[in-house]
Amino acid sequence: MRARASAAFGLAVPAIATAACSGPQSALDPHGVEAQAVATLFWWMTLAGALIWCAVIGALVYAGRRRRRVFSARAAGRIVLWAGAVTPSVLLLILLGYGLALMPDLRPASALTANDRLHVEVVGEQFWWRVIYHRPDGPPVVSANEVRLPVGTRVAFSLKSADVIHAFWIPQLGGKMDMIPGRTNRFSLQATRAGTFRGPCTEFCGPSHALMAFAAVAMDEEAFAGWLEREAGPAVRTEGPGLDAFLANGCGACHTIRGTPADGTIGPDLTHLGARKTLAAGALPNTEAAIARFVAAPEAVKPGARMPAFGMLPEREIAAIAAYLAGLE
Amino acid sequence: MSAGAPHEDDEAGAARRRAQEERLRRVWDNPKGWRYWTAVNNTEVGLWYTAMAFAFMLFAGVLALMMRVQLAVPDNDFLSADLFNQAFTLHGTVMMFLFAVPVFEAVAITILPQMLGARDLPFPRLSAFGFWCFVIGGVFVCGSIFFGAAPDTGWFMYPPLSTDHEYAGIGADIWLLGLSFIEVASIAAAVELIVGVLKCRPPGMRINLTPLYGWYVLVVAGMILFAFPPLIAGDILFELERMFDWPFFDPARGGDPILWQHLFWIFGHPEVYIIFLPAIALLAMIVPTFAQRPIIGYSWIVLAAVGTGFLSFGLWVHHMFTTGLPSISLGFFSAASEAVAIPTGVQIFVFLATLLAGRVVSSVPMLFAGGALAIFVIGGLTGVMVALAPFDWQAHDTYFVVAHLHYTLIGGMLFPTFAGLYYFYPMIGGRMLSERLGRIGFWLMFVGFNVAFFPMHLSGLRGMPRRVFTYPEELGLTVLNMVSTVGAFVFAAGVLVIVWAVVRPKGGEPYARRNPWNAGTLEWLIEMPGENWGVRSVPIIESRYPLWEQENLMRDVDAGLYYLPDAEEGRRETLVTSVLDGKPIQCLRVPGPAYVTIVAAAALGSVFIFMTYKWWLAALAGGIVATAAILYWLWTGTAEIPEKPEKDIGRGVSLPLYVSGPRSVGWWAMFITMVGDGTALASLLFGYFFYWTVHPDFTDAAAGPGTAWPSAAVALTAAAWAAMLAARALNRRGRAGTMRLALLAAMALAVLGAAAGLAGPWTHGMQPTTHTYPAIVWTLVIWIAVHGAVGVVMQAYCVARSLAGRLTREHDIDLENVVLYWHFMLVSAVLTFATVGFFPLAT
Repeated sequence: MRARASAAFGLAVPAIATAACSGPQSALDPHGVEAQAVATLFWWMTLAGALIWCAVIGALVYAGRRRRRVFSARAAGRIVLWAGAVTPSVLLLILLGYGLALMPDLRPASALTANDRLHVEVVGEQFWWRVIYHRPDGPPVVSANEVRLPVGTRVAFSLKSADVIHAFWIPQLGGKMDMIPGRTNRFSLQATRAGTFRGPCTEFCGPSHALMAFAAVAMDEEAFAGWLEREAGPAVRTEGPGLDAFLANGCGACHTIRGTPADGTIGPDLTHLGARKTLAAGALPNTEAAIARFVAAPEAVKPGARMPAFGMLPEREIAAIAAYLAGLE
Repeated sequence: MSAGAPHEDDEAGAARRRAQEERLRRVWDNPKGWRYWTAVNNTEVGLWYTAMAFAFMLFAGVLALMMRVQLAVPDNDFLSADLFNQAFTLHGTVMMFLFAVPVFEAVAITILPQMLGARDLPFPRLSAFGFWCFVIGGVFVCGSIFFGAAPDTGWFMYPPLSTDHEYAGIGADIWLLGLSFIEVASIAAAVELIVGVLKCRPPGMRINLTPLYGWYVLVVAGMILFAFPPLIAGDILFELERMFDWPFFDPARGGDPILWQHLFWIFGHPEVYIIFLPAIALLAMIVPTFAQRPIIGYSWIVLAAVGTGFLSFGLWVHHMFTTGLPSISLGFFSAASEAVAIPTGVQIFVFLATLLAGRVVSSVPMLFAGGALAIFVIGGLTGVMVALAPFDWQAHDTYFVVAHLHYTLIGGMLFPTFAGLYYFYPMIGGRMLSERLGRIGFWLMFVGFNVAFFPMHLSGLRGMPRRVFTYPEELGLTVLNMVSTVGAFVFAAGVLVIVWAVVRPKGGEPYARRNPWNAGTLEWLIEMPGENWGVRSVPIIESRYPLWEQENLMRDVDAGLYYLPDAEEGRRETLVTSVLDGKPIQCLRVPGPAYVTIVAAAALGSVFIFMTYKWWLAALAGGIVATAAILYWLWTGTAEIPEKPEKDIGRGVSLPLYVSGPRSVGWWAMFITMVGDGTALASLLFGYFFYWTVHPDFTDAAAGPGTAWPSAAVALTAAAWAAMLAARALNRRGRAGTMRLALLAAMALAVLGAAAGLAGPWTHGMQPTTHTYPAIVWTLVIWIAVHGAVGVVMQAYCVARSLAGRLTREHDIDLENVVLYWHFMLVSAVLTFATVGFFPLAT
């Protein structure tokens, strides 16, 4: 009976903990080497911290009791020495040693210099992400607002900004890194399990900071290679009334759709927009209706967005553009 | 504990004492009617200061509640993104700059003199001036949100977002100029408090008998002196970029946004301890009282406080762990950040040990102290976690850090401050605060706080970034956020209960008995209700807890048996003692009520406010009025020549009324101010060398100021300095006429020196808007030129004082202080011109 109860307990606790800690943006639901190590570190530190807190507060509560031994000044002085100075110093030294030793493993410098592997350049812009895949073989592949990477390979990232400071973070894979104008920051991540995650911008960057996110997808090596090949290709549809409206209204001045005359580089590349998980850098679900809504009034969805509103166009035209873009898988 | 059992039984003695009291009362009385606001007495100014700081706290608290409502459910539209951004920026800014730091100054101004048995702080008008600056600047910054013009780029103001005129409009200027103005007030208070602790202790109170609060004030005021100037330097660079397009943070023209982050956090991290240590100082007074025994490990806690102060200047980079710094920096600053936990732990264990070695008396202050500990320890432990760079990479800029910083600041500052409020209220108000309301308020605050902030640890690690005005439902953070919002309101209710306990009318209640907590330190000599004079006579101190350890102290003080029991000449007086051993060296006459402090503060405030709107002429006019007001204030209120050289202060001791040089408080104030000023210059020089480190060629192949003009500037400034030394030597020989000529020569040389400094970049056609190199060179030489101009005004002031007969051979405070200024001036000029003139040659 008792055994069964404890077994149930043993199952229930991790289950609850998992439920409480999971989520598409949770650092406690790791799918990457770094995130895994840091989550483990966190749980150990939390356990130790809880014990320390109980000891300190226990002493405080004990001190408040009426009936107790009154310590001599000498004994009390020893408490300061041992509990206040020596023990914390030893514990902190151990923690620091462990933490510092972790750093070279989590972000090996070698990953940044090797030329034979995939290297992803991400540029933060108000309020979206320009993503460029530099392949060891072949020309770079430009995409936006979605980062894909193969499971089991360390992928180098170089992070830049086009305007203000942003920060790049995929909590389920590892820690964050700032994107600073005038600088290029480099680090690397390695996914251990396939999955779809969410990455938010974590440095305040203006009115739509809260609406600047991206989808990150870790895929098996083969699937990733196939995907990158498709992503490198031109758009699947290079004609039709939607594209005509798109070009007639000047959308191509800011956006690129490879295989069409649209070759602007101010806004996100839309070549394979329909295949992305989200729209407008995580602000909307990627549906035809959402595209139409965003085209008509970007400011209403993302305050401060640079894209002009096209609400003055006939509804028909917006619908055509939306249908075309949604079809660009 | 009866008040003043007389030693002399005769009628005459009693009558004499009554007459003394009458005179003291009249001298220290507050002005009546609307002129009440011209009061400068520390009890009045301290009270206003505290009340104003708490008012700003409530304002910022309301902003926090509005944010919590917005975040209670996903995709909410209670606040727009724009208003939310203003709200969180102001919340942080107000809590830091208008509550946490000022309330330290406010409380210190209120209780420190009493704790040291002093009648007042050495520069009462400076305290009043600081207070009025604080009010004007604070209302200006807070008021902006009602016009939708509040700063909205976060309290850390990172460029380039904050230098982007399209996004960051006038709000950014309001932040930079309004807060620079308040920082001036903070530095003024720091100068006042340092001199107060060093020079205004009672006779016999050697530095190792100073109450712990005094030690903490010394440490914290010293930290303000070194931490605020880097921010002021940063503000200057920032405003130069915003107003005149000097590209300090613009990477396209050699700038770097990271420089601001360094300057901001070199200020910002010590700031955390500037907030935390004064609150610990309150606990260091409260804990021994309720343990009914002296603190265990006095020297441990003093060393720990000093150590924390030092270490806090070596941690700033832990706010920048994700900016891509090299691993070696990360490792070093991780280690330093862990190390600071050790002195902090020592302080906490000193309190625990003191409680364990005593018998704890239960009370509301003790309840808040216990709550503070329970909360702060969690904040400290999460601090140890985020100090590790790898963990910080995950936690940085998430709600985990929001939780961490609120656990440290509310546990480490707000709860101790409330404990202090309950503890010290009888000193100010003469009555006890309600025990019942205190307990209700405490439990609401304690429970509400934890319900609000504990879940944030989890919401942060589950991916909630800071400063987001909304979040999508798919993140699964809905429940955690709702719980936080509910907790925030419970917490706010608790704060309101305490506020009510303080402000509710208490006219009908009896006064507290004297020394109501049975404490051991001097501030509890105060009568209930307190008299404006503070202590009836200034006692001789022989122990750390004189009320416990010096028999009959209260009776003898009340009987006027110690120093300065009278105000025969109708002047406000307090004692000045030597720094280390507390030997009396001067009877200092402190000034009374004045309008000029209000006028000076208002005029100076107008300069900053007009500059925000770029009304240059109005700002210039304000500047002229402010300068005139300050000069009038100095002329009428300082370095006054007494009617007699010495005064009998009682017990057969006679002290000089006028001392100058290192024995005078004014000299110390000048010295301390110039240390702060030198720190600001050092920060600008840091900027210069920072550009050198980040660029292969930091001059961008542009012409520098050459070596000729900088050399000339150094030579001329050195000559001006030598002329100042000559003037002092001549004055000591009583040769007033030649002394004036030497001063005039010094003025001329100073003007030429400043002009030569400016001529360097001018003749080489350096354009500050083209690149950071000319911009930083110009900034440095202008800094020196402005200091030269101030030095010239000081020299002219000395000439005028000499002509008016207010500066003589024996009475030379002004001259001594100006010479001291010129020592610093010379060092500043040499460093600056050596850097701008010769450093480029070395690279």
